[in-house]
Amino acid sequence: MKFPNGKMAGFAAVTLACSLALAGCGAGNGGGSGDEGSSSKKTAVTFIPKNLGNPYFDTSDKGGEKAVKEYGGTYSQVGPQEGSPDAQVQYIDTEAQKHTSAIVLSANDPKALCDSIGNAQKAGTKVVTFDADTSPDCRDIFVNQATADGIAKVEVDMIADQIGDSGEVAILSASANATNQNAWIDLMKKDLAANHPKIKLVDVVYGNDDDQTSFDKTAALLQKHPNLKGIISPTTVGIAAAARYLSTSNKKGKVAITGLGTPNQMRKYVEDGTVKEFALWNPEDLGYLAAYTAKALVDGDISGKEGDKYKAGKLGEFTVGSDATVLLGDPFKFNKDNIGKFNF
Amino acid sequence: MSTDLETTTPRSYASYTRPVWWRLLLSREAAVVAALVAVILWAIYFVPFFGNQLTMTFLLLDVAPIMLIALPMTLVIVTGEIDLSVASVVGLSSVLLGSLVDHGWAVPAAMLVALLAGLLCGLINGFLVAYVGLPSLAVTIGTLALFRGIAVGLLGTKAVTDFPQRWTSLAKAEIGGTGFPVIVVPFLVLALFFALLLQYSAFGRGVYDIGLNAEAAQFAGVSVARTKLVLFVMTSLVSAFAGIYFTLRFSSSRGDNATGLELQVIAAVLLGGVSIFGGRGKLPGVIAGVLLIGVLSSALRLQGTTVNVINIIIGVLLIASVMSTSVLAWFSDLTARRHNRGRNQSGPTTLAPAGVGNPKEVDR
Amino acid sequence: MSDLREKDHHVSDRTDHGLVSATDQLVAPSRMSPGQRAFNTVVRSREFSILLVLLFVVAAATLSSHSFLFGGNGWRDLLLTPSILLLLAIGEAVVIISRNVDLSVGSVLGVTAYLTGRLFIDVPGIPIVVVVLAGLLAGALLGLVNGLLVGFGKVPALVITLGTLYIYRGVVLTWAGSNRINASDMPSSFGDLGTASLVTIPVLFLVALLVLLVVGYYLQTARGGREVYAIGSDPAAAVLYGLRVRRRVISAFVLSGALAGLAGVVFAARYGSVSSSAGTGIELQAVAAVVIGGVAIFGGSGTVWGAAIGAMLLVTINRALPTVGIPDFWQQALVGALILGAIVLDRVLATRRARRLVEARDEEPGEPVPTAGATA
Repeated sequence: MKFPNGKMAGFAAVTLACSLALAGCGAGNGGGSGDEGSSSKKTAVTFIPKNLGNPYFDTSDKGGEKAVKEYGGTYSQVGPQEGSPDAQVQYIDTEAQKHTSAIVLSANDPKALCDSIGNAQKAGTKVVTFDADTSPDCRDIFVNQATADGIAKVEVDMIADQIGDSGEVAILSASANATNQNAWIDLMKKDLAANHPKIKLVDVVYGNDDDQTSFDKTAALLQKHPNLKGIISPTTVGIAAAARYLSTSNKKGKVAITGLGTPNQMRKYVEDGTVKEFALWNPEDLGYLAAYTAKALVDGDISGKEGDKYKAGKLGEFTVGSDATVLLGDPFKFNKDNIGKFNF
Repeated sequence: MSTDLETTTPRSYASYTRPVWWRLLLSREAAVVAALVAVILWAIYFVPFFGNQLTMTFLLLDVAPIMLIALPMTLVIVTGEIDLSVASVVGLSSVLLGSLVDHGWAVPAAMLVALLAGLLCGLINGFLVAYVGLPSLAVTIGTLALFRGIAVGLLGTKAVTDFPQRWTSLAKAEIGGTGFPVIVVPFLVLALFFALLLQYSAFGRGVYDIGLNAEAAQFAGVSVARTKLVLFVMTSLVSAFAGIYFTLRFSSSRGDNATGLELQVIAAVLLGGVSIFGGRGKLPGVIAGVLLIGVLSSALRLQGTTVNVINIIIGVLLIASVMSTSVLAWFSDLTARRHNRGRNQSGPTTLAPAGVGNPKEVDR
Repeated sequence: MSDLREKDHHVSDRTDHGLVSATDQLVAPSRMSPGQRAFNTVVRSREFSILLVLLFVVAAATLSSHSFLFGGNGWRDLLLTPSILLLLAIGEAVVIISRNVDLSVGSVLGVTAYLTGRLFIDVPGIPIVVVVLAGLLAGALLGLVNGLLVGFGKVPALVITLGTLYIYRGVVLTWAGSNRINASDMPSSFGDLGTASLVTIPVLFLVALLVLLVVGYYLQTARGGREVYAIGSDPAAAVLYGLRVRRRVISAFVLSGALAGLAGVVFAARYGSVSSSAGTGIELQAVAAVVIGGVAIFGGSGTVWGAAIGAMLLVTINRALPTVGIPDFWQQALVGALILGAIVLDRVLATRRARRLVEARDEEPGEPVPTAGATA
């Protein structure tokens, strides 16, 4: 009874080994059919946002697409469903396989992606981070929307303004490892401690940039801290969910909500009074700038050194700052008076 | 026992009534292997960049945890049980490795603790299923939540991403210049071990016997409870090892690592020809099943197709492969009945809608 | 033989009545009055004990922070948040009672939630009732696929619904892509449904309650309902007895799918924003709720009331944890411990009851009871 099983097992094992070898043999040929992207002169740019299904990244990547079309490259966007670094790794690896010219990436973690990025860079791909940086030694350039200081300050100023500079506040963030979120939260804490002694930060909760989670976490916050006067949410998904919950609760108008949000998502809540003011920059411009930065790197116009200058389409000229960072501009405050003018 | 002795069929094993080539080439496992070869060929010729050596490396790196866990999972499913908690053990071992390294432990010591945790998880599962007698579906749903919950609770929403370069490179290193990642070596060792265990040892025969009829196996001298306990322990131990690999490969230790992995493992195992009722299945088919899913995912990802389509394909494959058994059985039932009209033979009939724990199908 | 005639035929798991002789109750007509018997049945039932646990959790949370129950939206959220899981648990309970399992409910919820949003966007002015019906119908269709595959394919439901979990989720991901439905895409009257209340009880909760009453009544009293129990209890016997097993199983899956569809519409109303990941992972919570609620995983016993209370318990624990100071990261671990505890408890009770039945069978009136081994 053992023998036939062994024989079958043996046969199947041989077939299996052959198929593995086939894959290896195919490797020996060094690339099957299909073009090798780097041989053609078209710049292939792939956007990898933190996760798909996020309106903020939809807008920024649209801006990127516009830029890529302007300079005649090929654009594509891939990304994971959840904002976790191991999901992003697989997409970066795939781009390395395809010899894409450049990756424009918003990182889910500062360090976890470094190895894959290293692989991609070895394969000749330029890596530009935007919105959320990795650690500076594993990317070519970081395109920052505004200084972290500026972003933190504007949010603290808004909340202090809206709650009368005293009371309890809480922060509803995205994922606990997001570099940009943590940088802003740290700076906000410092700013509050130094300049607003009567405001007490009682809680920081994480909504993981998931709408339902953020909604439920807002409910939990309000329930756990009955004296809460304000919520800061430096993430567009979080602020939209929190505003939606507040607008149907009896705390509407009593608890202030501010942070970083997109005008289209927040318009309804500004108009019905739930939200007084919030801030952002133009994510479309950010994506646009990042795409042009990638092109400049691929073409060799700049190399990421401090002082390099390049032109980014209709946005004008930009200079690379320290730590290979490029700044877009300052945050912009939206409120009832001006929200009708924007469409993103 | 009367005059019918002459006309009743002599006792025969269904599997030996056909010639060797029929049995080898027309078995479930051979079908999966053939499908795998077909997909690889398609991908090499039609998907750009698939033929690169890099593709195979990434593919194996990606699919390694599933391959590792599918090995002992095969044995568990062959006995008629199921273990849904494997992904949570991966997450737990990942979290333990991460938080200990974060606290300054040396990586090998942390790995040992993670493996011990896997051992403990397996003991819990095995004890509840084998000795208390609870249904494995319910127990492992409970331990899935429990272990995952402990993992998430330990780290919170933090993630540890700082691991010594030496170890993370090791996880991704290749053997010489062949493009095969180093993880293939432990996998081959384990595959060999489980194959030998299953085919050439009394323990392995016991596993099949339990799957076919646990009570008969008990009376035939197989220690059912102990076998099941050992199987669950092995599964969790291998899952813990896969968790260590996962963590080092992605340099990321998070509470929600590998969520949903158990479904992929079970899909691969069932795809590979193992019967969910227990008592049937071979390892080569399972390995081919895992590789099939891996190759498909990799090829589709290179083509730019989104994850979603891959999900649909895996789902369809899973249902098709499992239903094919029933469809084939129905066909052979029809032909057998036509063939045996007049004789006192009844084809394999399953009386009831299937749930886990139903009368087992007769071995084909 | 006739001694067992008067044994109370009740669906839920019961322990022995400790007041009278242990085995008396099992073999002799009950000496209690009908009212006393009913009271005893309820109090001794599994459902009642879970209800007590639920009340305990609510009390502990309220003591810790008054606003859990009393402040503003406390009462409303207490009833509103579990509504979705409640609907899923009811459908799941019916499927599990019939000795199957439905793992695809989360994906069905995702499909119908997205469908709801899409209908509002693509067909302006569509009445809400039509959307609700569409959701129900879509869910029922998806459930029908499951039912047909399980009923005719002779394959375990675990595997089939695992496959459809992948397939339906893939469908919604492909359909939605990276789009999401925003609250502003749906009419505000629909969004208002999400928080509307009738005498302080949220409308969505009332809907779930209504479904619970209907399904519970059907399972308890109608012939189809009792047959589901029979099928779960012993499928082979059910077939031999002449029950239309296949039809009942298919109906169970259709019901589960339809309720998941309704849950999707409720999801869209409650959360207002639907992405393609809506409902991911909720199927395990549904199974957990059902198991905690006293339904045996192998079918044949348990009630939808228990499943409903189990669902409320799960969600309330999740909401109560931060209030009592336990970081809600530990919620999943707690749920896992609860599930394990529930099934171990079931096993212990079943073993004890089996032993008592054996004792009762062997015992003659007046003779000492021989120690009987437990038939596990």
